[in-house]
Amino acid sequence: MRITQGCFSFLPDLDDVQITAQVEYILQREWAVSLEYSYDPHPRNTYWEMWGHPMFDLRDAKGAMMELDECRKVHPDAYIRVQAFDDTRGFETVMMSFIVNRPAEEPKVHMQRTDFEGRSQKYAWDPR
Amino acid sequence: MTDDAPGDTLKTIDLAAEYEASGVREVLEELERDLIGLAPVKQRIRETAALLMVDKARRDMGLSSETPTLHMSFTGNPGTGKTTVANMMAGLLYRLGYVRKGHLVTVTRDDLVGQYIGHTAPKTKEVLKKAMGGVLFIDEAYYLYKPDNERDYGQEAIEILLQVMENNRDDLVVIMAGYADKMDQFFSANPGFRSRIAHHIDFPDYTDQELLQMSKQMLATQNYELDPAAEKAMAEYIALRREQPHFANARSIRNALDRARLRQANRLFTESSGPLDGKALSTIGESDIRASRVFSGGLDVDHPVQKEAAE
Repeated sequence: MRITQGCFSFLPDLDDVQITAQVEYILQREWAVSLEYSYDPHPRNTYWEMWGHPMFDLRDAKGAMMELDECRKVHPDAYIRVQAFDDTRGFETVMMSFIVNRPAEEPKVHMQRTDFEGRSQKYAWDPR
Repeated sequence: MTDDAPGDTLKTIDLAAEYEASGVREVLEELERDLIGLAPVKQRIRETAALLMVDKARRDMGLSSETPTLHMSFTGNPGTGKTTVANMMAGLLYRLGYVRKGHLVTVTRDDLVGQYIGHTAPKTKEVLKKAMGGVLFIDEAYYLYKPDNERDYGQEAIEILLQVMENNRDDLVVIMAGYADKMDQFFSANPGFRSRIAHHIDFPDYTDQELLQMSKQMLATQNYELDPAAEKAMAEYIALRREQPHFANARSIRNALDRARLRQANRLFTESSGPLDGKALSTIGESDIRASRVFSGGLDVDHPVQKEAAE
């Protein structure tokens, strides 16, 4: 099942030219680009592994694309996302995040129902 | 650049219009105006600019598709304007569309080479990422290679650099700078660099005349001036300073002027008894320059023993 989270995830996957253009946009807004990867795409898994440090003093998207290529080489079957961090005081948060790499075969998200007090039910999801 | 040509490729190209439109003219004029002396360097840069413009025109017309090798080496003594010219070169390459962002990242060995195993590659890559889309200026590049230590990590940085210089020619231009003789040694020990660097530009030392002109210009930008006697003293100073060790052309002059300003301020402070006018505040006198240690046989930091003997 296609995992959808962050920007553009309902669109077809971005190709490298499009990713470059997005990174250019990020740099133009003076946000820091960083890469994160994860093998666990559960929606509740907020904290992915960092790939290197956030790139605060980048001027051109090529630098981030080099890192992305490197990360894809090492983790071809991981989910990889590009994040844009705004360090402006008052924001200091991720402003943009989108998936740039998916495993060839994406896991299914399975829903588990559990009976609870009375006739109520609890739901849980786990990627399989 | 012209819209009238149908199809993918242009039929004719107006180099003069291109020259105006790209803003190359401004860079070259700035070069001419701001840099004193350095005639051979200016000549080389004009030639390079012409070559790049023609090359760009050829590419626009579909006559060639290869990105030319733009990596350069600047050789010359310290203080001959290598960094300044590199900055202008970055502007030039940006206007001609050979680099995307046109910023200059200046690094030395310390920024590229790590201190322990596995430290160098990430450090070098970090710098390269920063320099992408612009110009990477490696000052004192010959330090990267230390022939006396075969386990030196500099070699690792060199390998990464060579690889990027070859594979990312569209993304980054590398300029290596250093003393002429040491750079020659460096290139002969690393033939990979020589073949990847297309433009070798040699920076000559400034003449005394040029340095004097430069010192007046430096002072003028700070709203100072030399009185005639001080100008004469400055000319003598330059001739004397050149003979002494660690002479760094324009940089030595700038430092000398900074010290002269210090002395001038001190003189005004101790000697003045009444109100000072603007002229007094902005004139460097002969005594401010004559007080330099250069006139009394050199900087004593260089000759501590000699100084004691003299006293």
